[in-house]
Amino acid sequence: MKQDISRLLQKKKKQLLEDWMNFQLKDAGLREDLMSNEELRTQSDELLDSLLKSLTSTNITDPQSADFEGVNEILAGISISRARQGYSPRETGTFIFSLKDAVLKTLQAELKDDPLALVDATLNMNKLMDSFGITTFETFIKGREEVILRQTDEIAEISTPVIRVWDGILALPIIGTLDSARTQIVMESLLEEIVESGSTIAILDISGVPAVDSLVAQHIIKTVAATRLMGAECIISGIRPEIAQTVVHLGIDLSNIVTKASLASALKYAFTMLKLEVKKSQREKAI
Amino acid sequence: MKIEKEQDVIPFRNRVKEYAVKIGMSLVNQTKLITAASELVRNMLKYAGGGTALIEVVSDNRNSGIRLLFEDRGPGIKDVDLAMKDGYSTGKSLGLGLPGARRLVNEFDIKSKPGEGTIVSILKWKNG
Ligand SMILES: Nc1ncnc2c1ncn2[C@@H]1O[C@H](COP(=O)(O)OP(=O)(O)OP(=O)(O)O)[C@@H](O)[C@H]1O
Ligand SMILES: [Mg+2]
Repeated sequence: MKQDISRLLQKKKKQLLEDWMNFQLKDAGLREDLMSNEELRTQSDELLDSLLKSLTSTNITDPQSADFEGVNEILAGISISRARQGYSPRETGTFIFSLKDAVLKTLQAELKDDPLALVDATLNMNKLMDSFGITTFETFIKGREEVILRQTDEIAEISTPVIRVWDGILALPIIGTLDSARTQIVMESLLEEIVESGSTIAILDISGVPAVDSLVAQHIIKTVAATRLMGAECIISGIRPEIAQTVVHLGIDLSNIVTKASLASALKYAFTMLKLEVKKSQREKAI
Repeated sequence: MKIEKEQDVIPFRNRVKEYAVKIGMSLVNQTKLITAASELVRNMLKYAGGGTALIEVVSDNRNSGIRLLFEDRGPGIKDVDLAMKDGYSTGKSLGLGLPGARRLVNEFDIKSKPGEGTIVSILKWKNG
């Protein structure tokens, strides 16, 4: 006699939910700080409900079936929100995998007199739950990637400090890649600071920029042009030997721009322009 | 690797760098390769709306190197010879991407058909 697994599980729904909740609550990694037990129960109930409603004796062998779209959607929603709240992969995975444990436990109890049916049902449910597991992780990672992208934007904002190194001299160390968005930020804060401080020299230090391609070069040229329009001179410093060679081969013409190998030599050049002299002071003789 | 948006550029470059470091490529050559890769990836994004990039380690009995393959299904380039000229750009840019990339690597091959897409393949040896 062929057992209808979906009907069997539906009949045992209450028990299933209890078992599942118990498995989840028993797990040491449960995050009561992030979610209350009631909330967890609501989520679990919603998912189980949707799963039992869509499970039939035909699609039980077909995890890719469109019938499970609803289940996958709920799961995706749950794991994305968990990713944003800072759940670990293990904590997120436990949710679906402990349901698997509960389902297998029920099957074992119900089908203990029919080993063949048990094996069959176990295999099918295993495959199905694994597929849900994959959905969980795929969306979990997507959620984390969103978090990372947001942080990247934030880092870009805070990592372009304009430093007043001397009266009339600004320095702007750039770390990381100069893309269009970043250049915009750099240029804005530089021009603003030039007005505010009345500086006449700006040093753009690119020793932290990993590669200078034509796009980055163009951004640099534009920034220099904008600074000149403001009546200030812009010096590019921190050009490493490998960058210099690459720029030459690319064919980029930086000959109209004052470039220096290091921030120190750029500063020295700036001092000369401002007719400043740095001297070692003569110690006063002790009396 | 799929290249679909600005944010894909840096992970791709980092991947190229990883491979270059693994085969012991000199720093100058690494930088040249990454810069050339950067140009080609950006062209894909800008003119073809994205594409795929493939990294491959190659070696013959004396030398090893890295081959990169860039493939897109964009509008293609009508006159490849013209596009390879310094200063030619349809995008109000410097027009140095393609010719510059060719100067930075050991082998450079471009195939393009209008309406079908563009394939660029470059090779940089570890030494030389
Ligand atoms: N993948 C591509 N698909 C379609 N057209 C392309 C592609 N790559 C380059 N082109 C065409 O070839 C021209 C030359 O490209 P190249 O990279 O040399 O210059 P650019 O991108 O315009 O400027 P730069 O790279 O210096 O910022 C482009 O302006 C564009 O018209
Ligand atoms: Mg280009």
